Amino acid sequence: MIGRRDALRLIGGAFAVAGLPGAVFAAIPGNRRLVVVLQRGAMDGLAAAAPIRDPNYASLRGNLALKPPGGQGGALALTGDFALHPALAPIEPYYGKRELLVVHATGNGYQTRSHFDAQDLMESGLAAKRGISDGWLNRALTLLQRGDQRLGLAVGGATPLILRGATPVASWEPAGFREAAPGFIEAVARFYAEDQLLGPAFKEGIKAQSFSDEVLGGDMKGGGGFGPQSFKPLCAAAGKLLAAADGPRVAVLEMGGWDTHVAEGAEKGRLAANFTGFAEGLDALATALGDAWRETAVVSVTEFGRTVRVNGTNGTDHGTASLMFVMGGAIKGGRIAGDWPGLGRLQDDRDLRVATDGRAVMKGLLRDHLGLDAQALATRVFPESAGIRPMEGLV
Amino acid sequence: MPASITAALMAACRFGFAPKPRELAAIAGDPRGWVSEQIARRPDPLPEGLPPSQRTVAMMLESRRDKEEKPALKEELKKIYLAELDARMRAAILGDAPVLERLTQFWSNHFTVSAMRPFVRGFVGAFEREAIRPHVTGRFVDMLLAVTRHPTMLLYLDNAQSFGPDSPAGQRRSKGLNENLGRELLELHTLGVDGGYGQADVEALARILTGWTVTPLRFPDAGSFRFFAQIHEPGAKTLLGRVYREGGIAEGEQALRDLAAHPATARHVATKLARHFIADTPPVDAVQRIARVFHDTGGDLRRVTLAVAHEEAAWREPLGKVRTPNELVISAYRVVGEAPKPGEAFVTLKNLDQPAFLAPSPAGWPDVASVWVSPESTLRRIEWAQTFAQRLPDPPDPVEVMADTFGDMLPEELQQAVRRAPDKRMALALLVASPQFQRR
Repeated sequence: MIGRRDALRLIGGAFAVAGLPGAVFAAIPGNRRLVVVLQRGAMDGLAAAAPIRDPNYASLRGNLALKPPGGQGGALALTGDFALHPALAPIEPYYGKRELLVVHATGNGYQTRSHFDAQDLMESGLAAKRGISDGWLNRALTLLQRGDQRLGLAVGGATPLILRGATPVASWEPAGFREAAPGFIEAVARFYAEDQLLGPAFKEGIKAQSFSDEVLGGDMKGGGGFGPQSFKPLCAAAGKLLAAADGPRVAVLEMGGWDTHVAEGAEKGRLAANFTGFAEGLDALATALGDAWRETAVVSVTEFGRTVRVNGTNGTDHGTASLMFVMGGAIKGGRIAGDWPGLGRLQDDRDLRVATDGRAVMKGLLRDHLGLDAQALATRVFPESAGIRPMEGLV
Repeated sequence: MPASITAALMAACRFGFAPKPRELAAIAGDPRGWVSEQIARRPDPLPEGLPPSQRTVAMMLESRRDKEEKPALKEELKKIYLAELDARMRAAILGDAPVLERLTQFWSNHFTVSAMRPFVRGFVGAFEREAIRPHVTGRFVDMLLAVTRHPTMLLYLDNAQSFGPDSPAGQRRSKGLNENLGRELLELHTLGVDGGYGQADVEALARILTGWTVTPLRFPDAGSFRFFAQIHEPGAKTLLGRVYREGGIAEGEQALRDLAAHPATARHVATKLARHFIADTPPVDAVQRIARVFHDTGGDLRRVTLAVAHEEAAWREPLGKVRTPNELVISAYRVVGEAPKPGEAFVTLKNLDQPAFLAPSPAGWPDVASVWVSPESTLRRIEWAQTFAQRLPDPPDPVEVMADTFGDMLPEELQQAVRRAPDKRMALALLVASPQFQRR
């Protein structure tokens, strides 16, 4: 199976990227980089940074509540009120270095619990479906663009909607097939079990790959080309490409595995494995960027959050607010930003309420980090968003 | 679900590859009529711009002249091979005549030429366009003649180098007979392995076909078919009990006409068609009826194909055939209405163990599930489903694709899993990885 090794080999040599630019871009102040990480599937923000002092936290979260900071497997204290999931340990040091900021209780300006619709809106930068087929980051690139130089880079597969549009972007992906994500194999396994011809072949195939215990026993373990461990090599590749003097300046990375309806787990389990992959990836991105990290801002966004309470299958269902990580050498971090709506009153009696529109964060970064005009942001990049002011003081 | 949707699904998947977006609903009005209408169409040539075999055969000859390496020519031939594959894929994936495209691929596999012999790589695609495609609903004998005269076949099965031992050129250069084409013509193309011929018939046919070769570089029409009387074995030959008097090229043409009309050929072709369109082990009576139509119409392939489509057994078992990797890839792209990026199909099919125009032997790719279903290949297909979905430039709504592909036929649990997948790509991957999508 062609896998991560090939990814690294490719990156090691000449850049195997279609249409990489040949010059540096005067439009971006200095040599600044922006990386947007799309977390597909709806990340549980309450698990990422837990409001450990909120009086309702422990009772509402039940066995998904994180252990208090300090002890074995405990959450990692950020402030007195919030603590990071222990599996996010690889990015904790950045908080201490004031390079990591958490914007809690974020939404994206729409209210839908459909993954498909929400992701389309999150990427198009709209509050309601309007048949727009380009992405807000591409529209931002259009404002930056000088000539045919490609500033944008899609990492890991096809160009996601957020980067699609009038302005051409480059893309990079590992060669060949990638192994399927363990969650995917598990999902497919159910349907093969009934099949008299393909079922046995499938089962033998799984056995041969010595996956069988994990899949059949339901114990999730990373390692597939689409699993949590696949994020790190993509990040390292992206970092190298962005670090190059004549490389792209804006990149989008995608990571799945966040749709934790079943067996989400607390300090260990399915979500923890995803957090580990995510945090190791961001750390690898920072390392690969080298000196360019100083001029980099990374921002993560997910389509919505998850229910506050545990569901009947030890997981969480589609909710409303989640959170965004903002990270980078250019970021004024080491703090929690945004208001905390509290768990005392929930959206529809089930979800964390939205305190901050994520578009405010994006606008703040585009204006203060990439130097885009606030007026254009309000009309062209995020249409009809004049009421959402760019967040101040991010960089 | 309504019977017409099941029948539409069978029409689209069994006789075509898979329904395009919104195609299933259109077929559902009259699924059998749709198949008949498809068969009645005129075969579509592929888009302009692909070079004729004469030019690419000449390039190959040039690239092999005087032992000198000519990497630029080889590179050019490889590019043409990839362009041929992409054109063929696009026609099957995006085109409006999927039944004719399936027939083209069926017959192309029946008369396999394979780039396993790398020197034919630059014109395997042209072979299909020139010798197969125009005849898929024409007369079998015309296809047989076109195939046997085609430089790709003559080179692939060595007839281009076969010399009549007693011909002037054979005597002079002490070169002899190559019976490769003669044997495969009898065993694979016409009578079938149990068709009642012997080694003497193989040799006789090889002698009859001596002189059928490719025009060498010294002629202005280098790379085209040419009959060279100087290497044709002189004298009368006896094939299947019939004596063919010395007649140059006419001997071979008559022999091919006789082989096309032979009852064993009707049985052999009917069996392969029934295996392809009905079941891995097709009902004997269906094969007999199809063979009778073949025989009675003088191998009129339009009427033979209609006879296959009229067999009740072809409509009895939805999703009864396992898709080959090639069919899986075409179908997955077809249901999303998107063609793979240039060059991508080649890599994909190679990774799935069915590289295009690269069948392992002149027998072509097998057409039964037992060959294609293995533990490794099953997992590989599932993994590919995710890679496929991941690479789609603009994934369509998976719920619409599911309805357009299967109607309401999938198990509710699977439908729910697709609807609830965490993103469009995962949903489409799940649909394509499903056991139902592995079938037609």
